[in-house]
Amino acid sequence: MIGLKNMKFKFNDTDPIYLQVANQIEDAIFNGSFLEEEQIPSTTEISKNFHINPATVLKGMNILVNKSLIYKKRGLGMFVSKGAREIIIEHRKELFYDQFVTDFVREAKNLHISEANLLDLIKRGYNK
Amino acid sequence: MSELKLEQINKSFGKKTILSNINLSFSENKIYGLLGRNGAGKSTLLNIIVNRIFADSGMVRIDGENINDNDRKLDLMYLMSEVDLYANGDKLSKILENTEKLYGGFNWELSEKLAKKFEINLDQKYGKLSTGYHSIFKLIIALCVPVKFVILDEPILGLDANHRDLFYSELLQSYSDNPRTFIISTHLIEEVTNIISDVVILDNSRILLAAPVEEILDQAYGIVGPQNEVDDYTKGLNIIGTDKMGNLKTTYVYGNLNDNPVPDTVQISNLDLQKLFVLLTSKNGGNN
Repeated sequence: MIGLKNMKFKFNDTDPIYLQVANQIEDAIFNGSFLEEEQIPSTTEISKNFHINPATVLKGMNILVNKSLIYKKRGLGMFVSKGAREIIIEHRKELFYDQFVTDFVREAKNLHISEANLLDLIKRGYNK
Repeated sequence: MSELKLEQINKSFGKKTILSNINLSFSENKIYGLLGRNGAGKSTLLNIIVNRIFADSGMVRIDGENINDNDRKLDLMYLMSEVDLYANGDKLSKILENTEKLYGGFNWELSEKLAKKFEINLDQKYGKLSTGYHSIFKLIIALCVPVKFVILDEPILGLDANHRDLFYSELLQSYSDNPRTFIISTHLIEEVTNIISDVVILDNSRILLAAPVEEILDQAYGIVGPQNEVDDYTKGLNIIGTDKMGNLKTTYVYGNLNDNPVPDTVQISNLDLQKLFVLLTSKNGGNN
């Protein structure tokens, strides 16, 4: 069982809490804090530690169940699905353009950075 | 299903109206936050619910039955409040025993666990406790009595940050182990925002809002940008307040946004419950 110490929940004011719960657990799976086939903290544990209504935590977990990232073992609790990390990586690749590239290019344009200049900057970042 | 219903409750003290036409319902196994400014009528409302004081008119029902003088229904509720019901000379352990007799049950295992966690010695007398420990002792009772409705009026009065933290955790543990309805009145809105599932806002003796927290926050927005563009965009919306810094304006909106395109220079974000509460309940509508 993974301790809650490995969970570094950072909450913001803008997104609904159940989404933030789902996102934080997903992040923990993505960065390897929660390994595949390992148990994740229970609804009650998360609820107690972060002072969130258990129904809200459960709603967040159900999002991950529906994405097949976690599954329930009867009488034991929630476990990370096999292949969960791969699913997350694939999904994030799809979102990469919308979430990062669009913003990135818009800001570059606001700063009058040319396309060639921008490509140079990306190369610089890669070679760091 | 246990449902607690308030129907057309009115209450005045002398010429002063405290509660005006209150209609509310509390459903089973939810955690409600009762919010209101000082003097809004929260404590009066909670005392009417448990029949400690009487409404001038209206009715409180549990599962359709009037609770007035109805011991079977009154035993389903416990109100923890600032009012001290215990004699200073009474030993804490004795008070717990009497509580068990009164309510026909008591969770001794939990009370021992909580006494240990809060470091409270049950062999001492009630009068020896500090303000904070008075609250803690009453909270222990509230969590250990076998009721369907646990009503907490300013439960964290005098508790330091560590004890508040511990209390919220233990409240949620107890709720998970034994789901029941909680009604919590508090001024520390930020601390309970995520704990409560539903909120009731009392303002000027009336119910201003009663709905799930998620639903409320979903339609509370702060719209920031250059004054002209913000004003254009928010025309016709339900504006509940504004802030200005130079030409940068924030307009707060409660309700649906329109389908107009959002200008590039304008940013929309959601409000938190405390900010929304302040805007809705301040006399000047939050205008600076």
